[in-house]
Amino acid sequence: MNPSGNSCGSFPAASPFAPVAGPIVRSVTDPFHGDLLEVSMGPQHPSTHGVFRMVATLDGEQIVKLKPVFGYLHRNHEKIAENTSYLASMPYTDRLDYLCSLSTNWAYAFAAEKLLGQPVPDRAQYLRIILAEMTRLVNHSCLVGFLFNDLGTSFTPLLYAFREREKIIDLFESLTGSRMMCNYQRFGGCRVDPTPEWLEAARKLVENFPRFLDEYERMLTGNEIMLARTQGIGRVNAAQAINAGLTGPVLRASGVDYDLRKVDAYGFYGRMDFRVPLGDHGDTYDRYMIRILEMRESVKILAQAFRDLPAGPIMDPKAKQRGHRPKAGEAYGRIEGPKGEIGFHLISDGSPNPYRYRVRPPSLINLTLLEDMCLGHTLADSVVILGSIDIVLGEVDR
Amino acid sequence: MSAVLASEPFLERAPLELRDAVVQLLPAPAQWLGHHLITILAVVLGFSLFFAFTTVAERKLLGRLQNRLGPNRAGVPKFSILPFHLRHKLFGLSQPFADAIKALTKEDIVPAAADKLLHFLAPVVVVAFSLMTFAVLPVGRHLVPVELDAALLYFFAAGCASELALFMAGWSSRNKYSLLAAMRALAQLISYELPLILSVVPIVLVTGTLSTVAIVQSQGVWSFGLLPHWFVFTPWGFAGFIIFLIATLAETNRSPFDLPEAESELVAGHLTEYSGFKYALFFMAEYFGMTALSGLGVTLFLGGWQAPAPFLEFIPSYLWFMGKLVGMLVFFIWIRGTLLRLRIDQLTRLSWQFLVPLALLNVGNAAFWSLTAHWSGPLNLVRWAIALALVVTPFLLLGRTLSAGFAPRTYRYAS
Repeated sequence: MNPSGNSCGSFPAASPFAPVAGPIVRSVTDPFHGDLLEVSMGPQHPSTHGVFRMVATLDGEQIVKLKPVFGYLHRNHEKIAENTSYLASMPYTDRLDYLCSLSTNWAYAFAAEKLLGQPVPDRAQYLRIILAEMTRLVNHSCLVGFLFNDLGTSFTPLLYAFREREKIIDLFESLTGSRMMCNYQRFGGCRVDPTPEWLEAARKLVENFPRFLDEYERMLTGNEIMLARTQGIGRVNAAQAINAGLTGPVLRASGVDYDLRKVDAYGFYGRMDFRVPLGDHGDTYDRYMIRILEMRESVKILAQAFRDLPAGPIMDPKAKQRGHRPKAGEAYGRIEGPKGEIGFHLISDGSPNPYRYRVRPPSLINLTLLEDMCLGHTLADSVVILGSIDIVLGEVDR
Repeated sequence: MSAVLASEPFLERAPLELRDAVVQLLPAPAQWLGHHLITILAVVLGFSLFFAFTTVAERKLLGRLQNRLGPNRAGVPKFSILPFHLRHKLFGLSQPFADAIKALTKEDIVPAAADKLLHFLAPVVVVAFSLMTFAVLPVGRHLVPVELDAALLYFFAAGCASELALFMAGWSSRNKYSLLAAMRALAQLISYELPLILSVVPIVLVTGTLSTVAIVQSQGVWSFGLLPHWFVFTPWGFAGFIIFLIATLAETNRSPFDLPEAESELVAGHLTEYSGFKYALFFMAEYFGMTALSGLGVTLFLGGWQAPAPFLEFIPSYLWFMGKLVGMLVFFIWIRGTLLRLRIDQLTRLSWQFLVPLALLNVGNAAFWSLTAHWSGPLNLVRWAIALALVVTPFLLLGRTLSAGFAPRTYRYAS
């Protein structure tokens, strides 16, 4: 990791896409230029991905100030978790990022296992990788689909992406009993062992996934309107991204080489051979392409995981099934979720409930740079930039 | 007229015979009135029905483009005796009638702050003006509602007014999304009215008339008895047709130029504060506008009601017109199912930096074409080469500036 971001912090100053006079925030009542138009987009708006709200101040169509407002979906997630047992929070973690319940499950189980000192059998480690990477495919294919909807297509790319997502979600359903709220991980392993037929079906599906990506890219990536709408839009340089604590594809699109799968090599990711794609411009197009390239890498990881998946138990036989009472102490477990670093900080005082339960939500932290990304661009771009950050309000508001 | 008619095949004159038969039933002093009323009724009802089924076609086609079936529940009861797989195909045909009933029975909500009169007038104006444009479209050899000498001028004047109604709607709603949409609609109107009209000027130049009837008749010639002399098959006509198509998409607010009602940004743009049948009227006007402009495109560039080859003339002319019209509409639907929306600055730049210069050059090209009409033999080939060069060169040069700076990128991987 290179915080100075020497290779990516600088953009050609003469570029026609650089913001006109740098990011200048102007207020609605402006004595010099006259009053501006303030538009409150959301919480009910087709493109704010749920109940997010942007209060945008417009000069013509240009955004001169943008205030993100969230909290409309606040459900007291952390306090609820502090008032229930460790295991009982597992289904709640599904509801954080409802597109990627399996990754969030893993992050929580990972933190709790650290706190409990609980080992995980090999087969479960591989299953976690398989399901987390399939979740990444689900999340990223949803994202690229929704991004095109924000760009103004009449649902066509989205429905192409949903066709693929549907197949994976069907597999999740047959394994865990639920399409989106999977509640699959346990402290010390996984809940259900997949049958050989399931594994075979999953392997075949993943094998065919690049065909979908090729088709999608052939139709959309080179499209001139797509290029003109996304290139140079919503730029974030490496220094900004690091200062704001961005993680995940949004950070890597700005050229910072930081992927927890490599940095921490948690689980069995150290055994996997894959590459981390990096962007050089940090704009919406890079954020889109990084997702596409990450999906291709996920397919590689999945192929290796299916090949190497060992036989054996999926649960540590000595693991406690319920009534966990970890010793007093604290643990922070983090994994590379599809949206960025999803982490759980647990503090135990020796009682059956966590004393403190804290989520590090990547969606929320990635959202903090929204105003900087949008300044100087138009209202139409702000929707696309928001789409490219990839937020799920369940996680932002908790 | 009737002497000419009598020599026509029956199918060709059937609509007129029917009209005359009905008019004969009326007392003599009211016959002229009946004559005109029937014409008006035929245009309004005919194109309304056409609109109804265009919406089904659009939803079905979009569905097929998107891996889904489209509306297939509201069927035609009469056909339910058919085997299932046939019945399945007929499902959805009565969808527009179900939609109309729904729109009529919905509550009509007018915002408290809205300008009530303008809010009410906007949908009326938009539908009225878009219906008026149909008056000068020659649907068939003898099916011209009004034979106007200045038909083209009339068409554009009426078409322009319907865009102003969008501004009325956006302004009177007192909604910020609607206001932004209204501004966009005006910017779009100013930007695209120009290339639209400029793309038509070459035809006026070459044919020397503004009458749609005369323009269609001048295209009714075939080389070697096979190749139709439609204007789209000349270099300037082809360029004009493409400019016309793009400008038509923008004029009718169809994707990728549907900025005034950009769903992902402005909720529903100027339609945000409309509900019930007023909303349906706007929807209807959008389709009327699209149909009318497509009809004009067919008339000016695609030979109107002329058959593509002489031996196909046994098919009545109005069927040819409708067939071409449907082809244009399917093309628009296909575009809608495929393309992304442009941004407002890109939209205006496309017009002023690309379409307007191209259309202006195209006028010169057409002038060259009509000046060299007497060239024959090898000179004719030279004429074609020059005319083609006058289209292709500016297209390549101007097109390069439009997409300058945008290219797919290659990506590096962390070591």
